[in-house]
Amino acid sequence: MVHWTAEEKQLITGLWGKVNVADCGAEALARLLIVYPWTQRFFSSFGNLSSPTAIIGNPKVRAHGRKVLSSFGEAVKNLDNIKNTYSKLSELHCDKLHVDPENFRVRCVCSLSPSLHSALVQNWGELLPTMLPGLLSVAGGDRVPV
Amino acid sequence: AMLTADDKKIIAQLWEKVAGHQDEFGNEALQRMFTAYPQTKTYFPHFDLQHGSAQIKAHGKKVAAALVEAVNHIDDIAGALSKLSDLHAQKLRVDPVNFKFLGHCFLVVVAIHHPSALTPEVHASLDKFLCAVGTVLTAKYR
Repeated sequence: MVHWTAEEKQLITGLWGKVNVADCGAEALARLLIVYPWTQRFFSSFGNLSSPTAIIGNPKVRAHGRKVLSSFGEAVKNLDNIKNTYSKLSELHCDKLHVDPENFRVRCVCSLSPSLHSALVQNWGELLPTMLPGLLSVAGGDRVPV
Repeated sequence: AMLTADDKKIIAQLWEKVAGHQDEFGNEALQRMFTAYPQTKTYFPHFDLQHGSAQIKAHGKKVAAALVEAVNHIDDIAGALSKLSDLHAQKLRVDPVNFKFLGHCFLVVVAIHHPSALTPEVHASLDKFLCAVGTVLTAKYR
C-alpha cells in the first residue's frame, strides 16, 4: 500500500489538472497496443487493430483509452483510499477480464506518450519513478486470482 | 546466452533421467506455477485449476512434448518450435514475463525428483535451456 505525503498529493493533483484525459488516454492505449502487440489479445472485439494507423484511428481504442485515464482521475481524488476506490474494477479485471496484472505495472508508464511523459518528468522530478507505478500497481495489480 | 556444447551434453544426459516422466513433470510444473504465481491463472479461465485436474494433466503433456522436441533438436530449437512460436505470437499471446515462471517451476520439479543430478552446473545448463525455449516462444511477438 502506498502512502502519500501532503506534498506528493499536491503534486499529483496539480499535475492531473493539466492532463488532457481524452487525448492522453487514447494515445496511451494506442501505444500499448502498438508497442506491446500481444496486449491486443484483450481487445478482440475492438475491430481493426491491423496497423499502427488503424489502432490510432480506432474509435473503440480512443473511447476505451479515455475511459481508462478518466478512472485514474477517481484515484487522484481518492489518493488515500485507492484500494477501495478500485475494488470493483480490480475484481472485474481479475475475475471477468482475466488480464495479466503484469500489464498494470511498468508497462503502463512506458505506454505514456512522450508529451505526457515529459510533463510528468518536469513536474515530478525524481518522484515519478516511485509514484506513478505505485498508483498504477495499486489500481490494477492488487488483486490476483485466488 | 547461447547454449554451449557442454550445455547440450549436460541437457542430453539429464534428459535420460527425465524421459519417461516428462508428462508427470509437466503436470507438476503447471500446478506449482498456478500456486506460486497465481497471476498465470488469468490465461486459463476455461480450465479446472483444482489439484488433480485432468485439463492440467493434459496440458502438462503438451508442455512436456514441446520440451522433448526442443531437447531432440537442441541445435535448432527455433526451427523445432517454429509452429508453437507462431501460435504464441498470433493466438495465445501469453505475456513474455510468464515464461520464466513456468521454466522455473519445471526446474524445481526436476530438482525435487533428481536432487543429486541437479548440481550447480547442471542447474545452470537447464536454466539456460528453459530460458532459450521461452525466448523462442516469444521471438515472433513483435
